[in-house]
Amino acid sequence: MIDELGQFALILALCLSLAQVALSVAGRLRRDAALAGAGEGAAMATFVAIVIGFAALIHAFVTSDFSVLNVAANSHTAKPLIYKIAGAWGSHEGSILLWCLMLTGYGAAMAMSRRLPFGLKASAVATQGVLGVLFIGYMVFASNPLTRLAVPPVQGDSLNPLLQDPALAGHPPFLYAGYVGFSVVFSLSVAALIEGRVEPAWARWIRPWTLAAWSLLTIGITLGSYWAYYELGWGGWWAWDPVENASFMPWLLGTALLHSAAVTEKRGAYPSWTALMGIGAFALSMMGAFLVRSGVLTSVHAFAIDPKRGVLLLGILGVAAGGALALYAWRAPALRDEAAFTPVSREGALFLNNILLAAATAVVLIGTLLPLIRSAIDGTPISVGAPYFNLTFGALIAPLLLALPAGPLLAWKRGDLAGALRRLWLAGLVAAAAALATFGLVTPRSLLAACGVALGAWVIAGALAEAAERVRAFRAPWAEVGRRTLGLPRGAWGMTLAHVGIGVFALGASFETAWRAEGAEALRLGQSMHVAGYELRLDQIGQEFGPNYVGERALIRVTGVDGRLLCIAAPDRKLYAARAQTISGVAICPTALDDLYVVVGDKRVGADGAPAWLIRSYWNPWVRFIFAGPLLMALGGLVSLSDRRLRFAVTRRVRVQPAAEPAPGPEPAPAPAPAPAPGPAE
Amino acid sequence: MRTLRRLGLAASLAVLLGAAAADPADRLADPAKEARARALFTDVRCLVCQSQSIDESDAPLARDLRQLIRQQVTDGRSDGEIRSFLVSRYGQFVLLTPKASLGNAILWVGPLLILIAGAAALIVRGRGQTPPPTSLTVEEEAELENLSAKLSGPGTS
Repeated sequence: MIDELGQFALILALCLSLAQVALSVAGRLRRDAALAGAGEGAAMATFVAIVIGFAALIHAFVTSDFSVLNVAANSHTAKPLIYKIAGAWGSHEGSILLWCLMLTGYGAAMAMSRRLPFGLKASAVATQGVLGVLFIGYMVFASNPLTRLAVPPVQGDSLNPLLQDPALAGHPPFLYAGYVGFSVVFSLSVAALIEGRVEPAWARWIRPWTLAAWSLLTIGITLGSYWAYYELGWGGWWAWDPVENASFMPWLLGTALLHSAAVTEKRGAYPSWTALMGIGAFALSMMGAFLVRSGVLTSVHAFAIDPKRGVLLLGILGVAAGGALALYAWRAPALRDEAAFTPVSREGALFLNNILLAAATAVVLIGTLLPLIRSAIDGTPISVGAPYFNLTFGALIAPLLLALPAGPLLAWKRGDLAGALRRLWLAGLVAAAAALATFGLVTPRSLLAACGVALGAWVIAGALAEAAERVRAFRAPWAEVGRRTLGLPRGAWGMTLAHVGIGVFALGASFETAWRAEGAEALRLGQSMHVAGYELRLDQIGQEFGPNYVGERALIRVTGVDGRLLCIAAPDRKLYAARAQTISGVAICPTALDDLYVVVGDKRVGADGAPAWLIRSYWNPWVRFIFAGPLLMALGGLVSLSDRRLRFAVTRRVRVQPAAEPAPGPEPAPAPAPAPAPGPAE
Repeated sequence: MRTLRRLGLAASLAVLLGAAAADPADRLADPAKEARARALFTDVRCLVCQSQSIDESDAPLARDLRQLIRQQVTDGRSDGEIRSFLVSRYGQFVLLTPKASLGNAILWVGPLLILIAGAAALIVRGRGQTPPPTSLTVEEEAELENLSAKLSGPGTS
C-alpha cells in the first residue's frame, strides 16, 4: 500500500513538473504574476510529492519489503539499519530518485526565493521544471525504484560488506547535493540568457547556490576518496578512475564559476563567460551521471547490450546541455561587457584562474572520454591513465597555485604586481624555507616534491598574509586590528580558509606521493619487518567466525625508532563464502599527520615449512593533509555562504539544502571601495 | 557513485588478496632492477581490471605481467623494448600513457588551445581599452581617509 502511494506520488511529481513548466512559461509570456506564482507552487508541490515517494522507498528498505524489486536486489534482513537506509540510494533506481529529490528540493528553494525579479524567476523556475520533467520522467518510465515483484523472494540478494561503511553511506547524498546544486545555477543562467540580462545582480543571485553546491560536492568527493583509501586496502587515495573524474569535472568548473562570478558581480565583466560556466558545471554533472549510470565505463559492449537507460540518459544530457548551449550561442554575443581593465589586475588574475581551471577540466574531460570515443569510432582501444593525468593536470595546476596568493592582493581594474609581491615577501620566505628544508632533510631527495611542498607553503602563507593585510595586522594599533577582524565579511574569511585548504592539500599530496614507503614480507609468528623506521612484529593470528564469514585477524605490534609502542595493528581478512568474496580490513595506526597502514594477506608456507602470512604495510606521510585540505575548502565555502550579504537570494528556510538557508536580513550598505579592493570571495 | 567500479575492484581483490607488486616472493634480487620494473608497472594496465595499473592490482593476470616484465628487465632489455613488446602483444591499450599519435593529439592540443585562446582574449581585451587612472591625488586620498574614518564600522574594510 505504502509502495503504491509512493509510486502514485512519483507519477504525480511528473505531472506537477509538467504543470510547473507550463504555468511558469505562460506566466512569463503573459506577464501574469498569478500564473507564475502557480508555477512556483507547482515546484514546491513537486518536491513534496518526491519526498513522499522517497519516504516510501526508505520505508520499503527499512521494513525489508522484498516485494519491491529494488529492495530485493539490494538489501538483506541482516543488514544494520543505517545501511538499509543507505541502500535506498545504493542502486541505480534509488540513486536517480535521490537525484530527483535533490533537483526538486533545490527547485522548491529557488521558487521560495523572494528577491529574484519576475521575468528571471519565472524563466528559471520553468527551466528547472524542464530538468524535473526530464529526470522524473526517466525515473518513472525507465528506472522505477518502486516496481513490485509478482513473486517476492524470502530474502534479499545483497549484503556486500565492502559497501557497508559510514563514509560510503554519506558519500552519495553529499555528491548528489553538490551535482544537483549546480542545476539552480544552470536554470538561472539559462533564464538570464533568455531574458538577455547577465548583470552583476544576477551574479550575486547565483552565488549562494554555487557556494552550496561547490561545498557539498567538495565534501562528497573527499568522503569518496577517504573511503577508497581506508577500505580498499591499496593505500592510495586518487586513481584518476573515470568514475572519480566524473565527479571531479563539475568540481573544477564549479571552482572556475565561483571565481568568474565574483568578477561579474563586482565589475560586470565576463558576463557571457560566467553564464557559460553556470551551464557547464551542471552539464558536466549530468555527464557524470550518464558516465557512471549508463554502464558505458565498464565497457562499451556492456552499454551496447542494454542500451535503453544509457541512451535515455544521453538523450537527457543532449536535450538539457545541448539546448542550453544552443541558447548560449544564440544569445551570448549580444551580452555587453564594457568593464575596462589591464591584464595585471584582479580581473586579470581571476581570468587566469578561469583559463587554467578550464584547461584542467579539458584535460580530465578529454582523458576520460577519448578512450570511449576512439573505441567507438575506429575500434582502437587506448588507455589514458594516471601518468597522463598527473603530468598534464599538474602542469596546469602548478602555475595556478603559484599565481594564487598574488590574485587577492591585486586591485581591480589596474593592479600593482610588484606591490602585491612585495607584500608577499614573508610568504615567499616561508615557501623558500619549506623547499630548502624538504629538499635538504627528507630522503630520498626529490626536487619535484620539494617544489610541491614549497607551492603548498606559498599558498598557505600567501592566503594568511592577505588576511593579515586586510586587518592591517602589525601595521595598525591592535585595537583597530581587532575591530577590523571582527568586521571582516564572512566571504573574506571563507576565501582565506578555502585558499589555505588548497595549500594544505598541495602539501599533503606532494609529500605523500613522493615519500610514501611500502613494505611487504611473508612473516612467521614472532618475525618482524621494517617500514619507514617502524618495526612491525607479527604477534598473533586469530581465527574469527562471524555469522556469514570466516576470517583471520592478525595482531601486529608496531614500534617506532625509539622502541616506543605506536599501536597494536589488527588487520583482518574475511572470506564471505556466500559471495565468494574476500574482504581485507585495513588497520591504520595514525600519528599526528601520518598513517601507518597495515594489511594482512594470504597464508603461505614459509622457508622452513612453518606457516607465514603476507603482511603489507604503507607509510603514508602527511596523508592527513590530503583529506583535511578539501574539508577546509568546503568549510570556507560554507562560511562564505553564511555571509549576511548573501541573504539577498534566499529568504526562507528550506529543507534538503541546509547550506543555503540564511534568514531574512537587511542588505547592508555597500562598502566604499578602497584602493586595495576586497577579495573576490566577497 | 563509485559502487559499480568498486564492486569490480572488490571482485578482483577477492581473487588473490596480498599478491601486490611488492610481494617478497616475486621481487628481483637487484634493488636497481626491481625499482626499474616497479616504475614500468605503474604504466602498464591490468587488462582485466578497471583502470588499475599492474602495480596496484592483485589479479592473477597482473602478476603474470609483472613476472614477464621482471624477466625482461633481468634479461637486460631496455624500457622502450619492453614497452614495444607489450604493445605488440596486447595492443596500445596495455600502456596507461597514451602514445603520441595523431588520433591522440587532442589530449594535449585541446587544453593547449584553451590556454592560447585565453591568452589571446586577454591580450586583445587589454589592448583595446585604457582603464581609468587608479592612483588618487593627494586631496582625494585625504578625502577618502576622511570618509573612511566617518564610515568605519562593521562591514567596511
